[in-house]
Amino acid sequence: MAPGFCRSKFQNRLNDMLNLRQLMKRERRPGDLVFAVLFFSFAVFLAGNLDTQTRWVSRTSLFAQPSFWPTVSIVGMVVFGALHWLGSIMSKRIPGRLQEIWFWIRSLEYACWFMIYVWLVPLVGYLFSTVFFAVFLVVRVGYRRRTFIWSALISASVIVLIFKAGLQVKIPGGALYEYLPTSLRSFMLTYL
Amino acid sequence: MDIIFSGLELLARWDVAVALVVGSLGGVIIGAIPGVGAAVAIAILLPATFAMEPIVGLTLLLGIYGSSMYGGAIPAILINTPGTAVNALTTYDGYPMTKRGEARRALSLAYSASFFGGIFSIICLMLLSPVLAKVAPMFGSREIFLAALLGLILVVFAHRGQVMAAGMLASFGIFLGTIGLEPIRYTKRFTFEQTWLTSGVDLIVVVLGLFALSQAFLLLTEKDSSPKLPPVTGGLFQGLKELFKFKRIASVSAGFGVLMGIVPGVGEFTAQFFSYTYAQKTSKNPDLFGKGSPEGLIASETSNNAVPAAAMIPLLALGIPGEALTAMMLSVFYVHNVIPGPQLFTHHMDFVVALYMALLVLNVLVLVFLMISTNFLVRIISIPTRFLGVLILCLAFVGVYSLRNSVTDCALAAGFGVLGVILKRLNLPIVPIILGMVLGGIMEVKLRSALARLNTPLDFIERPVGMVLAGMIILVIIFHITTLVRDHWMKDISPDA
Repeated sequence: MAPGFCRSKFQNRLNDMLNLRQLMKRERRPGDLVFAVLFFSFAVFLAGNLDTQTRWVSRTSLFAQPSFWPTVSIVGMVVFGALHWLGSIMSKRIPGRLQEIWFWIRSLEYACWFMIYVWLVPLVGYLFSTVFFAVFLVVRVGYRRRTFIWSALISASVIVLIFKAGLQVKIPGGALYEYLPTSLRSFMLTYL
Repeated sequence: MDIIFSGLELLARWDVAVALVVGSLGGVIIGAIPGVGAAVAIAILLPATFAMEPIVGLTLLLGIYGSSMYGGAIPAILINTPGTAVNALTTYDGYPMTKRGEARRALSLAYSASFFGGIFSIICLMLLSPVLAKVAPMFGSREIFLAALLGLILVVFAHRGQVMAAGMLASFGIFLGTIGLEPIRYTKRFTFEQTWLTSGVDLIVVVLGLFALSQAFLLLTEKDSSPKLPPVTGGLFQGLKELFKFKRIASVSAGFGVLMGIVPGVGEFTAQFFSYTYAQKTSKNPDLFGKGSPEGLIASETSNNAVPAAAMIPLLALGIPGEALTAMMLSVFYVHNVIPGPQLFTHHMDFVVALYMALLVLNVLVLVFLMISTNFLVRIISIPTRFLGVLILCLAFVGVYSLRNSVTDCALAAGFGVLGVILKRLNLPIVPIILGMVLGGIMEVKLRSALARLNTPLDFIERPVGMVLAGMIILVIIFHITTLVRDHWMKDISPDA
């Protein structure tokens, strides 16, 4: 092989290596750029608040400063976040960004149902709220057959029995239990 | 010998035995259901274990951790869907074997290989204990700081092709760990004058959100699926005999598993990569790999099952978790004021031995359970995914709410759940957030306590262990950069690529 050819091949490779697009290229899924921008903006927001949200103490070494680790982490978020964003811009785009964001928003619906369940527990008690939540959610996601509804009801009851009655995890009784007869109330407060 | 008997005494209790059986058998079932996995189960059970004694709680979690990969091989082999992420490589050779009508043989080999990997790893752990007991006290604050730093760097670099994302998420994890009152001067950090942020962001809330709630939201939002699996007929014991034919590959793969388990931040995937590459390069039938090679299946399953016991080494000896599951277990230690690290080996060796014994017993239990119950597990795998999502959501509630009965915790966990959905959909790694939170906290505390004895940064490496760790950090960085340059150099570049 001629030395000239080798040199030009070497130079081409070197040029390719120094080519930013080639260096930063990576796998990119739909929605990647949106997340990269959001994350970077959040990191910049935190960096802007570093001064007010942390303290620098006088006569203390740099590494022992209360704001040392928040600064290190936020600098890391900003630098890596910026490079991740750059990588997203440089990589091949796969269409479907809006559908992907719609998927993220749809998942919020279940976060809301979860919070309603959390709100219900101290009101109606762990057993009733769990059974109601499980059966409701099973119907909501499209199961209409009796088998599924019964399975949800039984599973929810078993979960309550295992964790509250069996493992005695700390979940308070519902306000509704106050209206029960005394003997039943203490049983419900302890086990259900 | 006395220590072994003391360890056995700790284990010989009904509550420990129940935890061991429930953890190991539950782990197999959880591992066998695609979409659940050990991380979700451990995250859910974590707060429940706080009320238990440390040995009971840890046995339960160890049972799930050590056995889930056994179960994960079933759907990987039968329906080409890994039960847990680390069983993905098993699909390469397991599923083609099923298509050839060798499902029973593939399952039998996978169980036997997993069993061998697990036992090999525990034996290594036991043999290494005297060495660890001698080496662990050499780790002072500065050495633990360097080890945690090494772990964090490895976590980031281990995500090949996603280093920037892993770096930003690990930094985010460190940031989350700094919110609230800082540990020495008690000044507020990033509380934005909100009282609920003063106590900081709880690791368990983040773990439950990112692992359990996100998985539930994902299953509920995605299309429903209910895989139908073929029944497995015939005995499953002959895999043990067949494994003997491939003892070299099994031993080397288990060795890789142990090695990669010990190094924080590396874990199963790297162990599998090395084992599979080794098996293929030394095989008489390299062309069969990816098309139903028993050697490939053995390499994958042996190496991934050798990791859990080995991953306990940095956790127990130094208090440094190497991955998300051991990070979760670390919180069980802290809740009970049992601080893993050099002191544990000096003062509570019986406790450490009891954990080893528990690991040994669980591997035997799991193997026997799998040999007799595979067809029962095949039916469980067929649970529709959305129904599974409902159950995970109900279970995740117990995990978050029982922690402090706090609605704020639940809201935060739901927020992290949505973040987890986004990260999973974008194929971005979650583990760096958890390890950033845990290792960042360790680094802050250890650096501060080391500062009292440091005059110059060079004092970090005045002791041999510190010198070795600093050398490893430099080597890892150099190795990563050279690998990047080499990969880039070798890549075929086309103008439209």
